[in-house]
Amino acid sequence: MTREELPNLAESKLTALVVDDNFVNQSIHQKLLARLGITNEVVCNGKEAVDAHCSGRNYDLILMDMDMPIMNGIQATKRLREMGIESKIAGVTTRANEGEKKEFMEAGLNDFQEKPLTISKLLSILHKFDFYVQT
Amino acid sequence: MNTIVVGQLQRQFQDYIVSLYQQGYLDNQFTELRKLQDEGSPDFVAEVVSLFFDDCAKVINDMSTSLERPDHVDFKQVDSGVHQLKGSSSSVGARRVKNVCIAFKECCDVQNREGCLRCLQQVDYEYKMLKTKLQDLFNLEQQILQAGGTIPQVSMN
Repeated sequence: MTREELPNLAESKLTALVVDDNFVNQSIHQKLLARLGITNEVVCNGKEAVDAHCSGRNYDLILMDMDMPIMNGIQATKRLREMGIESKIAGVTTRANEGEKKEFMEAGLNDFQEKPLTISKLLSILHKFDFYVQT
Repeated sequence: MNTIVVGQLQRQFQDYIVSLYQQGYLDNQFTELRKLQDEGSPDFVAEVVSLFFDDCAKVINDMSTSLERPDHVDFKQVDSGVHQLKGSSSSVGARRVKNVCIAFKECCDVQNREGCLRCLQQVDYEYKMLKTKLQDLFNLEQQILQAGGTIPQVSMN
């Protein structure tokens, strides 16, 4: 897909939260979202993601890493669902054996993608959540 | 703009970046990163790989400390470092670094300290080699821009 063919979802006013402790991944995921016109913020671990929601912030989409210090992605996803957060949560991780994937999904994910994240994978996530309809 | 000079530089750039893929330094994820660079963030790739190299230096140093004493190796800490490096190398398309991390993880899993030390040395070598190669690539980009040209999009398909 060329740059010119990328959808611009700015009119949808979608918001996203990147939850990842790695600065490289934070940077890339934020750029991917921005390229599609999705406003986004970043936090460094699951506790910060929970705290953001406790402070009243809400997002259409959460990109959740699995391995993080303080509170990992599984714990954070469970906690957010317990709080009644209904945002779409996509797990994004390099750990992809079936057992780990199952545990992550059962925590409350809506989707799961293996890192590294690309434009195609992000569009697949958005399409699954009906945030993006391919024409 | 001297079109002959720009043309030569662009060809040099294309040949160099293709060689980096062919020699296994980079994989398709680097191509994906380059697609994200635009007029609004013209140094995006350089900035992200700089973060990656900083990450490498820190994690390698931490793992070196964990592996120092033969009688007291914290393999959990080493495994955590390897996982982090594998993740970030995969994200920037640093193929050789990622492949060393795969072997490194296997050594961690069986608590092979000697194997881990060899992998540590190799991952240190590979990230520094890639850093030098990419610096040369970015220098070529700058020369093209200064000569009034545009950076070629190189398809590896």
